[in-house]
Amino acid sequence: MDPVISIRPLLAVAVAGLAALAVLLLHNREKLRDTVSPLAAIAMFAIVVSMAPTVLVGGTVQLSLFEVLPGIDFAFRVDALGMVFATVSSLLWIVAAIYSIGYMRHLNEHAQTRFFACFAASLAAAVGGAFAANLFTLVIFYEVLSLVTYPLVYHHEDEEGWTGSRKYLVYLMGASKSVLLAALALTYHIAGSLDFVAGGLLAGADASTALLTVVYFCYLFGFAKAAVMPMHAWLPAAMVAPTPVSALLHAVAVVKMGVFCVLRVVFHIFGTGLVDGLGLGIATAYLVSFTILMASVYALTRDDLKARLAYSTVSQLSYIVLGAVLLSPVAMAGGIIHIAAHAFSKITLFFCAGSIFCASGKRNISDMAGIGRRLPWTMGAFFVASLSMIGVPPTAGFVSKWYLALGSVEAGQIAFLIVLLVSSILNAAYFLPVSYVAFFGTEAQESPATVREIPMMTIPLVATAILSVSMGIFPDYFLTLADGVVR
Amino acid sequence: MGIPLLSLIVFTPAAGAAVLMFLRSDDAVRWTALGVTVLDLALCIAMLASFDTTTHEMQFTETHPWVPVLGITYALGIDGISALFVFLTALLGLICVLASWVAIDRKVKAFMISLLAMQTLMQGVFCALDLFLFYVFWEAMLIPMYLIIGVWGGGGRVYAAFKFFLYTLAGSVLFLIGVIVLYFNGGETFDILALTAQDLPFPVQSWLFFAFLIAFAVKVPMVPVHTWLPDAHVQAPTAGSIILAGVLLKMGAYGFLRFSLPMLPEASVYYSTLMLALSALAIVYGGLLALAQDDLKKLVAYSSISHMGFVTLGIFALNLRGLEGGILQMFNHGVTTGALFLFVGLIYERTHTRSIADYGGLMKVAPVYTTFLALFTLSSMALPGTNSFVGELLVLSGGFAADLAAGAAAVVGALLGAAYLLGMYGKVALGPASVGARFKIRDVNAREMAAILPLAVFVVWIGLYPKPFLNVIDASVVHLLAQVHSKGSGQ
Repeated sequence: MDPVISIRPLLAVAVAGLAALAVLLLHNREKLRDTVSPLAAIAMFAIVVSMAPTVLVGGTVQLSLFEVLPGIDFAFRVDALGMVFATVSSLLWIVAAIYSIGYMRHLNEHAQTRFFACFAASLAAAVGGAFAANLFTLVIFYEVLSLVTYPLVYHHEDEEGWTGSRKYLVYLMGASKSVLLAALALTYHIAGSLDFVAGGLLAGADASTALLTVVYFCYLFGFAKAAVMPMHAWLPAAMVAPTPVSALLHAVAVVKMGVFCVLRVVFHIFGTGLVDGLGLGIATAYLVSFTILMASVYALTRDDLKARLAYSTVSQLSYIVLGAVLLSPVAMAGGIIHIAAHAFSKITLFFCAGSIFCASGKRNISDMAGIGRRLPWTMGAFFVASLSMIGVPPTAGFVSKWYLALGSVEAGQIAFLIVLLVSSILNAAYFLPVSYVAFFGTEAQESPATVREIPMMTIPLVATAILSVSMGIFPDYFLTLADGVVR
Repeated sequence: MGIPLLSLIVFTPAAGAAVLMFLRSDDAVRWTALGVTVLDLALCIAMLASFDTTTHEMQFTETHPWVPVLGITYALGIDGISALFVFLTALLGLICVLASWVAIDRKVKAFMISLLAMQTLMQGVFCALDLFLFYVFWEAMLIPMYLIIGVWGGGGRVYAAFKFFLYTLAGSVLFLIGVIVLYFNGGETFDILALTAQDLPFPVQSWLFFAFLIAFAVKVPMVPVHTWLPDAHVQAPTAGSIILAGVLLKMGAYGFLRFSLPMLPEASVYYSTLMLALSALAIVYGGLLALAQDDLKKLVAYSSISHMGFVTLGIFALNLRGLEGGILQMFNHGVTTGALFLFVGLIYERTHTRSIADYGGLMKVAPVYTTFLALFTLSSMALPGTNSFVGELLVLSGGFAADLAAGAAAVVGALLGAAYLLGMYGKVALGPASVGARFKIRDVNAREMAAILPLAVFVVWIGLYPKPFLNVIDASVVHLLAQVHSKGSGQ
């Protein structure tokens, strides 16, 4: 099918970029400024979805702006994989934009203009990355994303904020300027291009097995946003950010950018054939299985709700990579749709954590006894999203885990089926007690009447909880896209 | 024969310097110097506009007999490589005048005259096609530079200026010996193109290669002959540092490109591994030194050693990507490091301290300053999207092709770069401490902005669309490679 040439990919990025500028310009007109983000989010989502019909039937939307170096263009190319990431990010930006207003206003946070501007810029970078046609373009957006989220992490500008944000930057930039840089230069040296190619850019390349293996692992650890251990420590550190940031960026946009890059490398730089040929699929699968289990154990030991959610994210991201490197079509599809499934559910959980914090000032799970009776909607949504994370039907998480499980059987790798089962049990072990304590625990002391739902935060989190369930019941859209990638 | 454009470009600053002598008021001197550098830049833009990018031949050539008995001619001409640096010199010349506007408050006239004289000599080096003429420009540069550091520098200026003078002079002596050998071997001509065409026996090439290596290595500077650089930078006034980092360091690399590679191809190929090793050493050692600095200016100075290591690594990779990347990095380093020295100068004017420990939280009091500082810091660490990343990708790609170990060492240097640059920025601009409580700091004004903006434009322009710049050098680089490999592959 001929590619559709359209300016829409650029437009989607520009909407968010211009929104960031508009926020900056409207810095002293608070009400007007706050309407910019939701409107831009809706516009962006509309532009992204307008390209879906083409992509769903196997087509692509392309736009090449100019040649950077021989073999490298600054170009956009919307395909099924990019569409999954862009749909999720832009859709969730709508709810997150509304939620952010509620959160920031309720806490009367400082530097709101910087916050909303950086937030919008992050979305521009995420969707730009989703639509990038080659590694050069992708890496530019990847690094912009690191930069514009940095002020969001140090937002509070307290000791904790500076320490956490330093760790954030050290990990992300350190990985970029070492192994990722080496991988890019070596790829350009070997292939003379950085384009995403169906079947793999490096497939059939004239290079030694050892060199290709080195390049592969340089990518896997270079994209530190994917948080494969030991490159995960930045993510819990990033939790010093305000909760809307943790929700949309450090559960969806930033971390998904990481795994998205890894999937790009596996599918379109190396190609599944070469990954298999080099015997890297199973090696990676063991590596990420370790991350899945270890991070779950870490999560189990954290009493701070956001820290528990962060470690859970580390674990869940590796599910996505696991699906890809099992290299069976069903497993790969499972990994890809887990991008969406995890996004809907994890953003709900973070929204709930923020809602609890705003309503009651509580962060630790042990202090949340009985809070479900005060915040029934919030904790109800939390419970639903927990079920999705565990993989209980009919939630989104069930669909992706089902495919992952089926895929590991198809790949003949029963070991990973066991990893999935054990980690699901661990998921249950660290999520269900939260709901149990919230609904059935007794409050240590009567909490004041001010602890009640905040509509501007509750409505978005209920919406994402509903999304988590509806994706489980109607998984067609994402399944079709995943099928398009795998095919 | 049309307008002698190159002579105009080269001697406009000198003519301007002559006019300055008759001016009385400091303001008239400043405005005239500014006008002269703007005019020179405009001439360079006109030159680039009519530059033919399809050929490697010398363009805008001018030849006049000078001392016929000795075979000396006044010959100017440029190829793609020199064109880029003639332009860079003019651009930074303008920035230097703006950077010295209030920073230089005594003997303004003499300073501006030195600055303009320096500009003529530097552009002369890039344009000269006669080896004697080249040598005259090359050596004469030392005098105004010595004055700029020695008269308008900081507390230790005399020591620094003298050290700078000694190092470069020592290198120049070896260069002179090389020039004489070339002159007699090549049939008593100073014509650079004719000298390039001759075939020298390998032993002669070897000796010349090392004579040139020492001369150029001092200028680049390569480890271990780099120790003059931090002293010179720390003591030099801002404009002096911009010239040093922006243009003078490029002279060494330009020497490799103009003399070592095309004239001594067999030796260049034979010793390329040694050169790659020295480059890798400079990258890593320079980076480690930068990491240990508390003085802002020293940090940028040591980072130059590391960054110039990338340049020589690219050059001696002896392949297309490496060479183009190396040359592009020369230009990028001029823009970015020039800008960083400008920024150090701007903040020093306000606080009179260069110690990183004295800063912190600068973002709160000077948001525009710190935003642009962030841009140039990120450019210096070669973040994707900035000018240096394109160059670094090319250099590394070429470097890996030449030698995996050298490429790997360069990657370590890139990581060190991220560490000392981000560390510096974090300590200066961010963090809890507030420098605003101790110093009264105003943000940048319009004049300072005028110096910053052009450099910022190049950072983003080359970062996303380097093609126009690569087009300028492409034909010349392809030709240079052909020269090296057709003759050099025998060894």
